[in-house]
Amino acid sequence: MRWLKSLNPGEQVAFLFVVLFGALLLVSIVSVLWSLRDRPDDEQESWQARWARFRHELNMVWVGACLFWAAWVSGPVGATLLFAVFSFLAFREFITLLHTRRADHRGLIMAFFVILPLQYVLVGTRHFDLFSVLIPVYGFLAIPVASALADDPQRFLERNSKIQWGIMVCVYGLSHAPALLLLEFPKYEGRGAFLLFFLVAVVACGQIAQAIATSRFRAKPVARRISRSFTMKAWWIGAFAAALAGALLYWITPFKAGQAAIAAFIAAGCGSFGAFVMQALKRDAGINAWGNRSAITGAVGLLDRIAVMCFAAPVFFHAVRWYFRAGT
Amino acid sequence: MVLAEITGLFLSWLARLITGAQGHWKGCPPTSEQRIYFANHQSHFDWVLIWASLPAELRSRTRPIAARDYWTSSRLKTWITTAVFNAVYVSRTRATPDEDPLEPLVETLQGGDSLVIFPEGTRSNKGAPQAFKAGLFHLSEQFPDVQLIPTWIDNVQRVMPKGEVVPVPILCTVTFGAPIRIEPGEDKRAFLERARAAVMALRPGGWKE
Repeated sequence: MRWLKSLNPGEQVAFLFVVLFGALLLVSIVSVLWSLRDRPDDEQESWQARWARFRHELNMVWVGACLFWAAWVSGPVGATLLFAVFSFLAFREFITLLHTRRADHRGLIMAFFVILPLQYVLVGTRHFDLFSVLIPVYGFLAIPVASALADDPQRFLERNSKIQWGIMVCVYGLSHAPALLLLEFPKYEGRGAFLLFFLVAVVACGQIAQAIATSRFRAKPVARRISRSFTMKAWWIGAFAAALAGALLYWITPFKAGQAAIAAFIAAGCGSFGAFVMQALKRDAGINAWGNRSAITGAVGLLDRIAVMCFAAPVFFHAVRWYFRAGT
Repeated sequence: MVLAEITGLFLSWLARLITGAQGHWKGCPPTSEQRIYFANHQSHFDWVLIWASLPAELRSRTRPIAARDYWTSSRLKTWITTAVFNAVYVSRTRATPDEDPLEPLVETLQGGDSLVIFPEGTRSNKGAPQAFKAGLFHLSEQFPDVQLIPTWIDNVQRVMPKGEVVPVPILCTVTFGAPIRIEPGEDKRAFLERARAAVMALRPGGWKE
């Protein structure tokens, strides 16, 4: 521990990545060796299905870790650009599933090509005050004005609220992830990567614990028509698992152990509720996944993957910033 | 022609960025056999979308059709249609009464290239495609060995509605169906109606008016 503290921030971050990629490599090697084991024929089929799913998830974790590393080495500009591209792809996916009309064209152009880049420019240049109000205040007015000028009153409220919602989730929410990288704490300069890593790690822990709890314990789903698997019991288990992980990881953050646990609890709980809300949205649109499995024109299902972050990141960011009065 | 190749790559990259340009090969694999793709036509963007969703190896031998009077009116348009897309020019008006407007297409097919045609003749902004023009029938009569692939382009009318200049990023798909051919003794009307039905049958399930 003392050795770790003697390193400068850059070396500590490098160490973080060595540990992260080392752990992933270990998991991959062990899982491949495990897959070589002889199995009785009657278990073959279910094992194959589970193995394919596990490999898919593991690949996704690898992709995520590589992106995280790319975001860090490329500095503020690269990180901002990377998340801007993610926002763009996710928002594209979101808009595809809405029924927009011709009159929304100008409003959508403004959302995609003006507000989205501007939001990320504000992150990259660390204008955190304007960054937190650009979309909820200025964008809130600008998009409906562009729509109203197109002279089409049919379903006006519905169309506009859908676009507002999409931009809040896909652009505003996600832009808080690079903002965490760039937020400056007193006596914590240059360690933004730890904060983002902390957030991703505790949220992932919470999600995994929740998934395990859902499959192990049978409980009554709170909203059967929206999600057959979402239960409050699993939610609590996930959030507490995240809090535990947060408390164990407190030393990479500017928090004390208790604060880290609370921050992790809030982030994971909000992320899980966020995923639940997205589920409701998908039911409304009549599909099971944002991906291409349904016959509807769709994409790779990116929104499914990042929905949790879209809700967890802004709550975490603003809670932390408010508590530490940082980065003003 | 390096510049033309770079322009082509850039355009297909742009089409993928904005629309995803996913090709769904439902009824046939993407092979280099000679083919006529016939598709619904809703926007100027349609050709670029089909072109971007084809594998790169097929692009150079798959050619669009361009109206000669419009696409040769300026040097830039001429350059894009000849150098980048290698388009086949057709005249919309006949210079002499016995000139066959299909002649350039016949020459192209004799040369072994594949074609993309929009048999409605014009863009339709209603949901269902209009009645097909007879060109498809005559071509398939003359070239019975060329595969006729029905193609449905979905969502593109939302990307760039008529009269707008800047496209909005919305995902589009291009669905390629199973090849059809003229049945022995089938007359023109019945064949065109069947071809139109084959295109419309490819609409994705979530499609709404």
